[in-house]
Amino acid sequence: MPSILSAQNIVKRYAAHTALDNVSLEIPAQSIFGLLGPNGAGKTSLIRIINQITGPDSGTVLFEGQKLSPHHIENIGYLPEERGLYKKMEVGEQALYLAQLKGMPKAEAKKKLKQWFDKFDMNAWWNKKVEELSKGMQQKVQFIVTVLHEPKLLILDEPFSGFDPINANLIKNEILSLKEKGSTILFSTHNMGSVEELCDHIALINRSKKILDGPVKEIRKNHKSNTYEIEFSGNMMGFTNSLWTFGKLGEHKMDGEYCKAQVVLTPGTTANQLLESILPVAQIYSFREIIPSMNDIFISKVNAENPLGTKSNFTE
Amino acid sequence: MNKILLIIKREYLSRVRKKSFILMTILGPVLMAGILVVPIWLSLQKSEKQKIEVVDESYQFSYISSKDGLRKGLIPENESVHFDYPEIKIEDARAGFYDTDYDAILYVPRNLLNGGQLGISLFYKKQLSNSVQEHIRTNMSKMIYEVMLAQNKVDMNVIKDAKDKSTFELKTIQLDETGKDKETNTAVNVGIGFACAIAIYFLIFFYGAQVMRGVMEEKTSRIVEVILSSVKPFQLMMGKIIGVAMVGLTQFILWVILTTSIYSIAAATVLKGMDIKRVQQKEEVIRISQDLNASQMGKIEHNPVVELWSKFENVNMPEILICFVLYFLAGYLLYSALFAAIGSAVDNEAETNQFMLPVTIPLVFSFMIAQFVTQDPQGSLAFWFSMIPLTSPVVMMVRLPFGVPMWELALSVSLLIGGFIATTWLAGRIYRTGILMYGKKVSWKELGKWLFYKG
Repeated sequence: MPSILSAQNIVKRYAAHTALDNVSLEIPAQSIFGLLGPNGAGKTSLIRIINQITGPDSGTVLFEGQKLSPHHIENIGYLPEERGLYKKMEVGEQALYLAQLKGMPKAEAKKKLKQWFDKFDMNAWWNKKVEELSKGMQQKVQFIVTVLHEPKLLILDEPFSGFDPINANLIKNEILSLKEKGSTILFSTHNMGSVEELCDHIALINRSKKILDGPVKEIRKNHKSNTYEIEFSGNMMGFTNSLWTFGKLGEHKMDGEYCKAQVVLTPGTTANQLLESILPVAQIYSFREIIPSMNDIFISKVNAENPLGTKSNFTE
Repeated sequence: MNKILLIIKREYLSRVRKKSFILMTILGPVLMAGILVVPIWLSLQKSEKQKIEVVDESYQFSYISSKDGLRKGLIPENESVHFDYPEIKIEDARAGFYDTDYDAILYVPRNLLNGGQLGISLFYKKQLSNSVQEHIRTNMSKMIYEVMLAQNKVDMNVIKDAKDKSTFELKTIQLDETGKDKETNTAVNVGIGFACAIAIYFLIFFYGAQVMRGVMEEKTSRIVEVILSSVKPFQLMMGKIIGVAMVGLTQFILWVILTTSIYSIAAATVLKGMDIKRVQQKEEVIRISQDLNASQMGKIEHNPVVELWSKFENVNMPEILICFVLYFLAGYLLYSALFAAIGSAVDNEAETNQFMLPVTIPLVFSFMIAQFVTQDPQGSLAFWFSMIPLTSPVVMMVRLPFGVPMWELALSVSLLIGGFIATTWLAGRIYRTGILMYGKKVSWKELGKWLFYKG
């Protein structure tokens, strides 16, 4: 798959610390790419470099194969995590202004804005000052302004913060339909549930270094620990004995006859062998492999990198 | 480039549409015109004629007519004062004061010519105007003076002649390169210079603070990161600075237009066709009448406002106006870049203080040395501080009405422009880092480091 954005060996230093240390990314076109990492890992620094708000100390960024340059601004839409609007300015006027700054002609911006305002049913807000709107309403305006110029690359930093579940869902569907129409989305969030739900690829950055990247499915598959969860009714003692050398009992609990147990297979054993050995002692309700959540992978990866007692002390 | 125009337009329109801008634009000229017109108008108002009861025990200001045996007065009257000379004792006059319609009793003691002038008193119900009091005092003083001379057999004409011939005003005339004379007046020069210096000082502060608050608004409302994904930090900063500068110019031009129109309307109506020529004639007359002996001119009262106002004509107003706009703009650009840098470095208004002080010191300082500059407008102090970019906007405006050689003006303006390019460059480097820096208390050392960060 061709990359829409390719960051190669990016280094960014501030006086006291290194924000990005030789970070490389390939963002495939028409996908949703999750940029993950703990606070202060360097995500914002990287996003600012892609937006050309700051420049890297070394390394290059390619946009559709070309060196990133100011005219690419029109092809990028950015919704920062810390976002705001001019409070005293009217909504419509402000949206027009921001669209024009992105290089849209006024008439076209106005037309498109009207469409979006119709779609989100917010025409009545056009002449209102921003300070009169609720936080959720302001976020909606901001989302529209970000996507209005139909950018090829959309950078969304915590796009769902400040939205109620209904509006969050609305925005989620808009993101998916933008992807369908051909946009690529760089999505930064701490909400691992939405990563699993939306992202095709991810990169995990920790302490200014990339420690993991790839397609979400593959990453989860690679982090499997050969663990199976079995629900059954029977005798836990008999169950444990029946495991023999095929596997090791992990977490388990009993509720009378009903049992639930996790078993880690010994290397070289297959799930079928395990099943065969327990079939005689247990009446099985369910048998499934445990695929680690992104949340588990995130925590285990980051904790492995940051041994206890050496907490990160730098700021974003 | 197109984007910077968009930013300028937004900064300009959002400010010009504000109620406070419209209010300031209207109130400014009303106040200015008020300062110019009201004193003149007041001085020209014919106040109600004051009736004064003169109790003259000395018989120096009145005499008994041989025709009808009535007392006749000698103190000259005018449109605002009338004297009566009844035969009455001072005790009775005082006791019956409130039964009469007299506004005041003027008491002259018997021993007037032997030091009794110190006992001349004016008893009033409501305080009489200064001009009436002055009228009474100068006329009586002059009459006593003449009596004393006559008693000592001194020829009054000799005194008058000697006085006339020894009284003069030192004319100061600037002889310019083309050989033309230009009469100047130090007091007017100082006045105009100071007025311009004060105006520049306040305008730079006022609009500089607007830039600073605008930058802080963008930073604290967090819109800045959205905008910076579309434009360069330098474009955003310059757009704001230029936008506010145009607001300042608009306001200034509106003030000039409104002030002149209000003034000319006022001149046509309130001052009832009193044109400049008449004021000048009047002023010429006043100059002569300042001499005590030119008493025949006593009718025209001395009015410093009218006098000063008429001298504005001798000053090269277009030159001062052009230089004012030039120095305001360049000085504003220089300082507002620094104000923008401060606004970008802090998170709230309270934190601005530590950075504001060093920036305002040169401006306050230049204002403080302005008075020394008026005493010696061509001295080395005046010269150097009108060259240094941080102080030149104020100091040069003070020097300007006294006449400044063209090369000095050109050098000063070039240095100022160079200065604002330098501060803008410095400010731009602080701004692009500061504007995205949150929750950090910034020190001077930190600002220094920012200067050397790479893009």
